Amino acid sequence: MRLPGKGLNQGAKPITFAFNGRHMMGLEGDTLAAALLANDVHLVGRSFKYHRPRGVLTAGSEEPNALVTIGTGGQQDPNVRATQQELFEGLEARSQNCWPSVERDVMAVNDLAAPFFGAGFYYKTFMWPAAFWEKVYEPMIRNAAGLGALSGEADQDRYEKAFAFCDVLVIGSGPAGLMAALTAGRAGADVILCEEDSRMGGRLLAEREEIGGKPGHEWAAEVLAELEAMDNVRLMTRTAVTGAYDQGTYGALERVSHHLPRRHSLKSSHLPRECFWRIAAKHAVLAAGAIERPVAFRNNDRPGIMMAGAVRAYLNRWGVAPGERVTVFANNDQAHRTARDLHDAGVHIAAVIDSRHEAPDGGPYQVIKGAQVCGSAGRQRVESITVRSVKGEEKIQTDCLAMSGGWNPSVHLTCHLNSRPVWNREALAFVPSVGAVPGMVTAGACNGIFSTAGALREGAEAAGKVLEALDLKPAAADLPEAEDDPYRIAALWAVPGKGRAWLDFQNDVTVKDVKQAATENFRSVEHMKRYTTQGMATDQGKNSNVAALAVLADATGRTIPETGTTTFRPPFVPVSIGAMGAGATDEGFKPQRFLTSHGESHTRGAHQLEVGLWYRAAYFPKQGETNWRQSCDREVTTVRKAVGICDVSTLGKIDIQGPDAGKFLDFLYTNTFSTLKVGKVRYGLMLREDGFVMDDGTTARLGENHFVMTTTTAAAGQVMAHMEFVSQALYPEWDVRFTSVTEQWAQFAVAGPKSRQLLDGLLDDDVNGETWPFMGCGEATVLGVKGRLFRISFSGEHAYEVAVPARYGESLYRELLKRAEAMGGGAYGMEALNVLRIEKGLITHAEINGTVTAFDLGLQGMMSKKKDFLGKAMAAREGLMAEDRMRMVGLKPAGAAKEITAGAHLFTPGDPVERIYDQGYVTSAGYSPALGLPIGLAFLKEGPDRIGETVRLVDHMRGVDTLCEVVSPVFFDPEGDRARG
Amino acid sequence: MAELIAKSPCDGLLPATIGGMSLTEEHPGAMWAIAPFNGQLKVLGKALEAAHGMAFPAPNRATGKAGSRAVWFGRDMALLMGPAPDAGLAKHAALTDQSDAWAVVRLEGQGAEDVLARLVPVDLRPQVFKRGHTARTELKHMMASVTRTGPQSFQIMVFRSMAKTLVHDLKTAMEAVAARG
Amino acid sequence: MRITCPLCGERDRREFYYKGAALVRPAEGADLDAWHEYVNLRENPAGPLDELWYHEMGCNSWLKVTRDTATHEILAVQLASEAGLGGEK
Ligand SMILES: [Zn+2]
Repeated sequence: MRLPGKGLNQGAKPITFAFNGRHMMGLEGDTLAAALLANDVHLVGRSFKYHRPRGVLTAGSEEPNALVTIGTGGQQDPNVRATQQELFEGLEARSQNCWPSVERDVMAVNDLAAPFFGAGFYYKTFMWPAAFWEKVYEPMIRNAAGLGALSGEADQDRYEKAFAFCDVLVIGSGPAGLMAALTAGRAGADVILCEEDSRMGGRLLAEREEIGGKPGHEWAAEVLAELEAMDNVRLMTRTAVTGAYDQGTYGALERVSHHLPRRHSLKSSHLPRECFWRIAAKHAVLAAGAIERPVAFRNNDRPGIMMAGAVRAYLNRWGVAPGERVTVFANNDQAHRTARDLHDAGVHIAAVIDSRHEAPDGGPYQVIKGAQVCGSAGRQRVESITVRSVKGEEKIQTDCLAMSGGWNPSVHLTCHLNSRPVWNREALAFVPSVGAVPGMVTAGACNGIFSTAGALREGAEAAGKVLEALDLKPAAADLPEAEDDPYRIAALWAVPGKGRAWLDFQNDVTVKDVKQAATENFRSVEHMKRYTTQGMATDQGKNSNVAALAVLADATGRTIPETGTTTFRPPFVPVSIGAMGAGATDEGFKPQRFLTSHGESHTRGAHQLEVGLWYRAAYFPKQGETNWRQSCDREVTTVRKAVGICDVSTLGKIDIQGPDAGKFLDFLYTNTFSTLKVGKVRYGLMLREDGFVMDDGTTARLGENHFVMTTTTAAAGQVMAHMEFVSQALYPEWDVRFTSVTEQWAQFAVAGPKSRQLLDGLLDDDVNGETWPFMGCGEATVLGVKGRLFRISFSGEHAYEVAVPARYGESLYRELLKRAEAMGGGAYGMEALNVLRIEKGLITHAEINGTVTAFDLGLQGMMSKKKDFLGKAMAAREGLMAEDRMRMVGLKPAGAAKEITAGAHLFTPGDPVERIYDQGYVTSAGYSPALGLPIGLAFLKEGPDRIGETVRLVDHMRGVDTLCEVVSPVFFDPEGDRARG
Repeated sequence: MAELIAKSPCDGLLPATIGGMSLTEEHPGAMWAIAPFNGQLKVLGKALEAAHGMAFPAPNRATGKAGSRAVWFGRDMALLMGPAPDAGLAKHAALTDQSDAWAVVRLEGQGAEDVLARLVPVDLRPQVFKRGHTARTELKHMMASVTRTGPQSFQIMVFRSMAKTLVHDLKTAMEAVAARG
Repeated sequence: MRITCPLCGERDRREFYYKGAALVRPAEGADLDAWHEYVNLRENPAGPLDELWYHEMGCNSWLKVTRDTATHEILAVQLASEAGLGGEK
């Protein structure tokens, strides 16, 4: 019910919204919960396990009950807290966990079966028979579990991530946070003030207590105006700090457009729905406030039973009275303000029930001291409560009970780095341990200081400490005068009695469940939590954990500090996966690297292959070709018979210079490079420190102190980091400098018997065996552009690699193709390149798989005996040179099924196909047009000694089981005349 | 005889104007990595000053001015942007042509810092990252070089092959910042 | 987590690549036990540990970072080039 003239949203614009299809009116600035209460809607949803009717309990992000679904399809958001969702024109919200409607929910039958669903129900019930686990129990549990549901459709919203930096991060904008931000801001510190609410002020918006002689919210507005005017202060509303991480890093979730009609945050629009911030703060002031805790009594979960502080918030901030005949149940002085405020607003107070005999008298309404509420009645909303006192039991008619069991300081963030809070006996609450998070100071209610004056003082003091560490001087403190009432409280966690008294409203955990856990010896709080699921719902037990702990302590005869606490982990509030992974969808998933030839190969219809981040042409289908094999075979044949062009720019290229460049390469490679002549290229092999092969490639010597190394595409980054490590950490005294030039050069393989002819006229100089011998290299002018030419071959053919600065890449590629096509050649892609190198027994990272040695590859001769090299000592280990290691061989079909597949395993014919009989595996396979056969490279035990033998090839994945002949890995032109000639 | 045609990394991708911010491709001329050899930093600095009129930049700094700049480019390295380096520098440093290796763009206008705050994990606010400051860092998983060239303008570089992703990521962030108003 | 690179300043952890314990490399000709220890054996203390981090997305420096594995506190950062990890030569 809206009270005219009350609340801070006087004169706000009316807004139409719908709840479960019913249209209602609210006011701008309302939360959905406030608007529902204004419309006298108390039944909002059904509980998780028992489908009990539930209503709004709180006025903040800790809300366990009032979860709704907003939107449909790809725009559906489940589990939206109505207490946080701001109203907007046209908002449509639905209840969850109920069918066919929230009023008449079929699953409410669960509530009648409650005796079967107690603590440990899952563990006890779904045990036998085992055959039921997957087929019966799992679908049953999945069907029943969960609150809201996802639509199953792709999310249509946009999300973002961002970074922010500051000297001081102030978390929370109540009196402590505002005072801290003001003090730090005035002193010139760089401040970020985060507030999860849409409006700054914290409890000052919910209370009538004054600061400096004016209403708290007015004081807050003045402070905010001053902060807003400061360049060094950044105010972030709707931003919940969700986690504290190492070295002053904080995560924060900003709800950017939840308060706007959905169209604003769709991908087609540009406003993100949420932004996940990483804030790097030198210091932080935690002023996160406190969360009021319920008292457990029979049927304390009925709609209309709310937190006393929340009732004040609805009244004082939104001008809404949640009832017409309100009762208050408390164990502390503060809750009496609820009765006072409601009474002053003209709402009838049926009674205030205080568990303490020495409770204050309050106003002109009945205060029942030393009494407890021991039950409630009503259908879908509370209609009466039962009060037990020395005089016996008495029923009181009421449509709203405001309860308070005291306040739990919001210590969550102080626990994120593994610190445990400590029990404060006066405040009957856990407070942060000092220095829990390096660089963080706590202030106000989250510290167990509940008066306004205390909060202001602590905020100023916290800022003072931070400023001192920052070497900044705080301006003279002038703390405004404010309410400084002592926090008077007496312990009251659960009212004794029969029936179910609720602790965790969201996961439906009762006092009885916790006691039962203790009885069954789940006495550790961590065990109790998991056994009962206490605190394990989306609200993480924000308002119930401490009470559950107190019940457990009582049941096990220990004190609360002896019983301990569970650990709070990030995030403080749920963070959507969309926000966590913001930007990482579609094109934003990872960088795409495109070759200069990409446009041309794309135009030619080439199928693209992702190789790491690179996109490379796999094959170029020609008219009439219906599958990739046809294209691949043709391209291979083209290279063998005429000439082919392939972009090989993705290979890592590292420019190495300096007087010690040769020495450096001698150490990196197993073989020697310091003796390489200028103008020549040599193939090299690199090991890791453990003696296994890391990478291979060619290195060209362009000058006395100048080399260019080529790495495989796959290992380019790894080799670069490795070289940096050797140069910086192992041999910093060597005078050598190197840098990646992969991106500087567009490099194309020109391969095939007609390659020399193709280059004629392309280069300024003559191309012949004298000027460009096999493994020769040097500068060359390519159509007037200064480039480089390498006579190297990865195909076994007479071949060159020609490089020009990347700006000319596309142009040169087109020119090369034009020339190749004129002589019966053309483009070839990765598939053909792969077949060509398999035919020659040349290795890639399919073979260099981290478990192979130079010996396995038949390259032991490349390990120099004359010099040291990285990995030499470990490579000499006996086991790495053992004859029975799996060593590289070639495979040809020898059975009826002519098929060789990569990943297949090899067995001796006659042996069982079992792991212990495994003889090896296939690493690469392809169809050789030259041989007219499928061929493969494999690692086989004692491989080179078994040439001519037959092995059995088994590929369970593809259902292949056949015989193969073991052959030399060089299938084609074993003498290598074609490349040299 | 055929002639090779040069194409810039962001050819066909830029310029773009979004919400008062502009994103344009820069054509800085030659770009050479200069990596002083052991013990040569001082001599090289003098030679660079003499030949090109700018100091060898300290870490995280750029020297020179528009059209002729030396940008600190990581450990033991600066990138000379504009002129090709004087041959005499080769005595003191490894010189490597990188003129074609990097896509260079300029992001300019109100909100440029907010755009970069969505992509770069480094504090680029004006009070911290001033004109002449540079950072080797990442821009959404891409190795990048970011230099402030004016009160609201940044030079941003990533590998040439990633130009399309750079433009995509910057434009996406620009749209999001502009949408917030 | 944030690491202060001696060249670049304080940076987010995402810019770095982690390699493991920072150990002094055995000299050429050291026996296999020494190599085995260098390559395979690790202390794994709950406390301060010298680690190698590579500022891959920054300046390309290898760093020796002394970090408390229990608290994640970073106690010291040094350029690997100045840490003497190359051992006897
Ligand atoms: Zn660095």
